[in-house]
Amino acid sequence: MALVFAAGMLLWQFAFAPWLGKFLLPTPTEIARSLHDHWSILWHAGWFTLQEALGGFAIGSGLGIAVALALARWRRLSGALMPYAIAANAVPIIAFAPIMNDWFGLLNPRSKMAIAAVLCFFPVLVNTVRGLTSVPPAAIELMRSYAASELDVFRRVRFPSALPFVFTGLKVATVLSMIGAIVGEYFGGSIQALGVQIENSVTLFDLPLAWAAIVVASAMGIAFYVLIGVVERFTMDWHPSAQGVRE
Amino acid sequence: MNEETAVVALSGVSKRFRGGTVALQGIDLEVRPREFVSLIGPSGCGKSTLLRVIGDLVPPTEGAVTVNGKPAGRARRDRDYGIVFQQAVLYDWRTVAKNIALPLEMLGWDRRRRKERVDEMLQLVELTGFADHHPWQLSGGMQQRVSIARALSFEPALLLMDEPFGALDEMTRERLNVELLRIWAETGSTVVFVTHSIPEAVFLSTRVVVMSARPGRIAQVIDVDLPQPRTNEVREEPRFFELVTEVREALARGGAEQATAQLIAEGEL
Repeated sequence: MALVFAAGMLLWQFAFAPWLGKFLLPTPTEIARSLHDHWSILWHAGWFTLQEALGGFAIGSGLGIAVALALARWRRLSGALMPYAIAANAVPIIAFAPIMNDWFGLLNPRSKMAIAAVLCFFPVLVNTVRGLTSVPPAAIELMRSYAASELDVFRRVRFPSALPFVFTGLKVATVLSMIGAIVGEYFGGSIQALGVQIENSVTLFDLPLAWAAIVVASAMGIAFYVLIGVVERFTMDWHPSAQGVRE
Repeated sequence: MNEETAVVALSGVSKRFRGGTVALQGIDLEVRPREFVSLIGPSGCGKSTLLRVIGDLVPPTEGAVTVNGKPAGRARRDRDYGIVFQQAVLYDWRTVAKNIALPLEMLGWDRRRRKERVDEMLQLVELTGFADHHPWQLSGGMQQRVSIARALSFEPALLLMDEPFGALDEMTRERLNVELLRIWAETGSTVVFVTHSIPEAVFLSTRVVVMSARPGRIAQVIDVDLPQPRTNEVREEPRFFELVTEVREALARGGAEQATAQLIAEGEL
């Protein structure tokens, strides 16, 4: 992995950047310098945006899981509600982002949280429902042979079965929440936000700064994803994938 | 034989599913204590459905089902039987020991008692030392042994088995057949065993119930008078072959009668 990274960096520095010119693609060294010079601003902006993403992630995922529990429990609701969920998911972010900004206030971070939450909701919902309902019938029959209550079945079978699926949804949501927060900021937001920084620096043709901000955004996104991965390893240490076994 | 002493008593049991499929028709059957009864029949003859009717996992459309002297529903709630499916259905997030302990947890046994029983069961199925393994670390045959250990962990009077060895290779299957007979002898339980395999049915059972094609009815009941305890050598005895032939012919007759009845009903004969 380190080799690939080093090779990529070298190619970037000496081939792609000079070829495209500094107004399109600065060299890694220029980006590194900009990162160093503007570190304080970038770090705070990154943290500001990350908080929006985290808030949106928590709300969107929480709602997604809650609705999934309801849909899995009362299957008839599923037919009624799923079309709306799908429709909501189909609305492109560039359409509802300005609306959220209007509702909550352009400078209010909650507007970006709302955007991130909407993006996180659907993937978490769909994956969790899949997890809760894809229990093999024999597993349920087994519990019934023990005269288990619905709660027992949920606690002992459906919930543990669903965990791998839930974590898949959550991992997707980490990425989407960052995207939601930053893209939301493109439509206007506080100068403290990373997306606004990126947009401003592009407008001012300070490309190294723009790319430095992007590096910060990526790093935070990756860290968030890895964090969920660690939580997953911890809660599901029984899973074959966690024990390094090839299935 | 009156119904109070039978472990399983079915009287006039029929099952029609929504959509019209008649899976079972007019089933009368009694299973006495410590018997090993196999249900064998062509695909779709309702043998698995019959097993589930006994276990109150599928309600009959008509007829009475008594298990251990009680209605099937109460027997299920009292946990009078253990069940083993074709897939081991072990929970990946639990170790082997915890999988076996699952019904005991549901019965509210305390930890010490559970551990004792789990150790006993591991010894019974010869998997001592695998207590802390996870299901995906075991072979198919071992997983089924865990499934059997789990089904017997709470010492039910009745053991229901739905083609438990169907997914295994022939050699493992034959070995587990012998193991199962040993376990059956040691625990003194009653077994109702669904299978596709004629030699398996004859080898394991005290009685073989041959079912006809859909709608499933009992075509014939054959007593297996081979000596106990049975080893793999029994499979090479002339009497074994005679019984296998008898079962095979009963199956063919059951199918033929069914086909004839159908043609008559359709006015073709």
